[in-house]
Amino acid sequence: MANPTLHHLQHPGELEEEARAHHHPFLQHHFEDLGQQHEASTLGMWFFVAQEILFFGGVFCAYAVYRVMYPEAWSAGAHHQNWRIGLVNTIVLIGSSLTMALAVWAAQGGKRKLTTLMLVLTLLLGGIFVGVKGFEYREHIHEGLFPGASFTYVHHENPALTPAIQLFMVFYFTMTGLHALHMIIGAGLLLWFIKRAWRGDFGPEYYSPVEIMGLYWHFVDIVWIFLFPLLYLIH
Amino acid sequence: MTTTTVDEAPFIEPEASAPRNYLNDEYGVLSWLLTRDHKRIAVLYAFSVTLFFVVGGIMAFLMRLELLTPEGDLFTSDTYNKLFTLHGIVMIFFFLIPAIPAVLGNFILPIMLGAKDLAFPKLNLLSWYIYMIGGTFGVYVIIAGGVDTGWTFYTPFSTQYSNTHVFAVTLGAFITGFSSILTGLNFLVTIHRMRAPGLTWFRLPLFVWSIYATSVVIMLATPVLAITLALLMIERVLHVGIFDPALGGDPVLYQHMFWFYSHPAVYIMILPGMAVISECVAAFTRKKIFGYKFVAFSSLAIAFLGFLVWAHHLFVAGISIYSALIFSFLSMIVAVPSAIKVFNWTATLYKASVSWQTPMLYVLGFIGLFTIGGVTGLFLGALGVDVHVHDSYFVVAHFHYIMVGGTIMAYLAGIHYWWPKMTGRMYPEWWARLSALLVFVGFNLTFFPQFLVGYVGMPRRYHAYAPEFQVLNVLSTAGATVLAAGYLLPMIYLAWSLKFGRKAGPNPWGAVGLEWATTSPPPKENFHETPVVSWEAYDYPAFLKAMKETQHG
Amino acid sequence: MMLSDFPLFPESASSVAKYVDGLYLGLVLVTGAVSLLIWLAIFYLAIKYRRRPDNELAQEQEPPAALELTWTVVPLIVFLGIFVAGAWVYFRIQRVPSNALEVYATGRQWMWKFQHATGQREINTLHVPVNRPVKITMASEDVIHSLWFPAFRVKNDVLPNRYRTMWFQATKTGRFHIFCAEYCGTQHSGMIGWVEVMEPTEYQRWLAGGSEGSLASQGEKLFQKYACNTCHTNDATGRGPVLAGIAGKTVPLADGTNIVADDNYLRESILNPTAKVAAGFQPIMPTFQGQVSEEDLIRLLAYVKSVPAPAVQQVRQP
Repeated sequence: MANPTLHHLQHPGELEEEARAHHHPFLQHHFEDLGQQHEASTLGMWFFVAQEILFFGGVFCAYAVYRVMYPEAWSAGAHHQNWRIGLVNTIVLIGSSLTMALAVWAAQGGKRKLTTLMLVLTLLLGGIFVGVKGFEYREHIHEGLFPGASFTYVHHENPALTPAIQLFMVFYFTMTGLHALHMIIGAGLLLWFIKRAWRGDFGPEYYSPVEIMGLYWHFVDIVWIFLFPLLYLIH
Repeated sequence: MTTTTVDEAPFIEPEASAPRNYLNDEYGVLSWLLTRDHKRIAVLYAFSVTLFFVVGGIMAFLMRLELLTPEGDLFTSDTYNKLFTLHGIVMIFFFLIPAIPAVLGNFILPIMLGAKDLAFPKLNLLSWYIYMIGGTFGVYVIIAGGVDTGWTFYTPFSTQYSNTHVFAVTLGAFITGFSSILTGLNFLVTIHRMRAPGLTWFRLPLFVWSIYATSVVIMLATPVLAITLALLMIERVLHVGIFDPALGGDPVLYQHMFWFYSHPAVYIMILPGMAVISECVAAFTRKKIFGYKFVAFSSLAIAFLGFLVWAHHLFVAGISIYSALIFSFLSMIVAVPSAIKVFNWTATLYKASVSWQTPMLYVLGFIGLFTIGGVTGLFLGALGVDVHVHDSYFVVAHFHYIMVGGTIMAYLAGIHYWWPKMTGRMYPEWWARLSALLVFVGFNLTFFPQFLVGYVGMPRRYHAYAPEFQVLNVLSTAGATVLAAGYLLPMIYLAWSLKFGRKAGPNPWGAVGLEWATTSPPPKENFHETPVVSWEAYDYPAFLKAMKETQHG
Repeated sequence: MMLSDFPLFPESASSVAKYVDGLYLGLVLVTGAVSLLIWLAIFYLAIKYRRRPDNELAQEQEPPAALELTWTVVPLIVFLGIFVAGAWVYFRIQRVPSNALEVYATGRQWMWKFQHATGQREINTLHVPVNRPVKITMASEDVIHSLWFPAFRVKNDVLPNRYRTMWFQATKTGRFHIFCAEYCGTQHSGMIGWVEVMEPTEYQRWLAGGSEGSLASQGEKLFQKYACNTCHTNDATGRGPVLAGIAGKTVPLADGTNIVADDNYLRESILNPTAKVAAGFQPIMPTFQGQVSEEDLIRLLAYVKSVPAPAVQQVRQP
């Protein structure tokens, strides 16, 4: 026969009905099969994460430039963060990555209840993180450390450091704020996935949404692993 | 000169036009506003980018009217400053960056790959909505009184001194960036994972290679703009000194961060143009592009090297001599892959079968004008000359040669080339050729004098200028009038062709590519069954033989 | 309108202008030739191989790899040659000769203020002698500006809170344009002026025509007005370091590092004194940010730079 590619010009629609006859409810029509769909979604999330790295990378670079310019103020700013609280938050977040990984494993195994439980725990731990951050923010605001018109803090030993400390706080709020925003978006997604998991959507054939959710969540976790030392621990 | 017309081409079957295609598949406004079909989304984008092009173009024309006389006598200084700022913002963020990828890429890429759609159709629709939201901020700013910082938003002027809607417009640009990122992501995944069976990497059309390179640049560069604009917005609101030297910040840091995106951005704007040119050169010479692999890899090289040269925008801004030397050196290197493309396209004409239809006219114009734009980049990269011509009209001429003589001509080439595929109609050839001529002549008359007036000493962003610059400015404005006519005509005859143009078959040009193996316009799912590719890229004899067999087989 | 009103090339009025123009014309020739070649090749090939009934399809052929390599390597070499030439000219532009006449410039929205070492102040006009290198030290009072002398082919951005320098040597007398070349707001295109290049004798006459005393002597008055001399005495008993002869010296700082006392360090020490405290001294100097204008800063700097080191080295007792 002539080139099968052009076969369709004479015989439209033949294989269409065949394809619709038996396919997975979550197979999107433009993919050939679930395998292709899984690979595409996963690759998509990796590319998205790469782009996010550049996004955070920009503010990390600006942070680094000013740290070199104002090392004392940077050190003073870091001293104002409570590293114990930061450490607790770090452990909480790592814990949430563990529960997220377990959720992926459970979804792969088709364990509906376990998947839902793990996702709920992840959401909970993420919520604790954000809550603790909110508490930290409130403390900073009470101490007059929020940059802008309400910045009333003055450094006692060396008042001349104060403007640069305000700059540090700008980076603190921007970096942790962007991070928290990503977590809140992640939390919203988790809610939706909890609903889907409970409904029994996921199993060995189709678990990629949970897997890419895991990718995103781990990435957000890793950003915090960098933020914690840079904002809390430097001297 | 003989040309192959639609009727004479041996590969046109004016077959009983497939009644069901993506255009008439469904009717109603919602079927368009809620579509997931990449082809319909491309059409939505086409309307939007054209609208913004007209807005940006009107601003340019008003500027050129003012510049007829040395005095600032048509507009106030503030109004003029707003005009050039908004012209830049609208043209770059709302026209040049989306145009070829979101209109032509969206429409043609999946079909070229033998896929039914992009990898993430809903994300594609979201991209358009995000773009429209960002664009709405732009329109709001224009109506509310404009912004006067220049599209580059240099600090501390933009954060501390400007009394215009800086926050709103940077928010608009910030939002639109995400549209760009999501489109790039969609393209990358589609190219990686949704190629038809048999379509290996080196069988891909060169259009795909360049779009791929563009998407990589989009994904890695745009987020840096996002964070830079975010910091700018924070500074604008809180006045805490992120980039303000009076408060301890560094305005040159802003420039570094801004240009780290904005230099790769120019490659985001030109690579898709090169993508179209490669396709059209192959189609209108009926020949495989000379040095296919070199052209393919040159796209990747441009994408990579494009990230290493940003500080050539800062040669006189306060960087050290050593930095300047490094970036000048790297800027010379990034010119090489572009040169390779120009040579390869030209060499493709040798022993080819060259047709002079409208897309090819735009292509030939592109190659000539992009060459001039590119070599004047060498002038700017040479430190000793840049000190003199930086921030003069020489720079303005350089980037317009690339973006207008390059990208916009490539966009027009692509629109005309794929018009029959997208609409099922042919445009009127002679009107199109006339427009191409007007565009070419008008463009050169507008922008070549600007090289001269820049070297003589006219700075850019000047509302009023020294009297001795007037003659060159008058020439430039005259050219702008011709150019405007050249851009207006296609809007009219393309619209006309939708109703009255001659109906086109699947392959009116006799070109190679999967998009020409389906009907014009294509059905909603592009192909009724997944195509299998057994021919090499641009293998004319094999592909056209196969098409013949299908007709008679 | 006469032809002289329609210049296609700027006046060449400085010692580096011929190098810049030489490079420019060289580039025009080389790139013009290559561009012309491409244009001609396109025309010729597109016509010679136009589609006719007997060549509906092109003849296939394999491109020789040697050709590809040639037109990769040759442009690379040419472009690197351009880099070298550009760098060579650039060094001539950047390297300030040691005997340059010092001028200070302040840019602000939307005017240029020039101060000569002998005390003359000018706005939007700069008088200089011909055939003598002139070094301009400049800063902005507000946003980023850029000082451009097209006839001299030199330009440099003028930044707020940081001194930058540029230099030129005028080779012709006459009036030449000064333009601001970095967009700075409403009257950016009005931030222009003239540089008046004069014969040496005329220049001397202009200098003699009244001033408030040299910049340095004006600065000495300010040094007393702001009570700098109460801490910065001429011996080791003051609360502040001895400033006589400090310009250009290496200063050990309290944190153990060293810094060269250049214009930017001296300026910072007035506006932000606790940023870099000299070794052996307390961070007690008050800041003068907001009290001292840009022009006064220039006067103070001129004074401090004019005082020679004391004959006997005063050693600070620990």
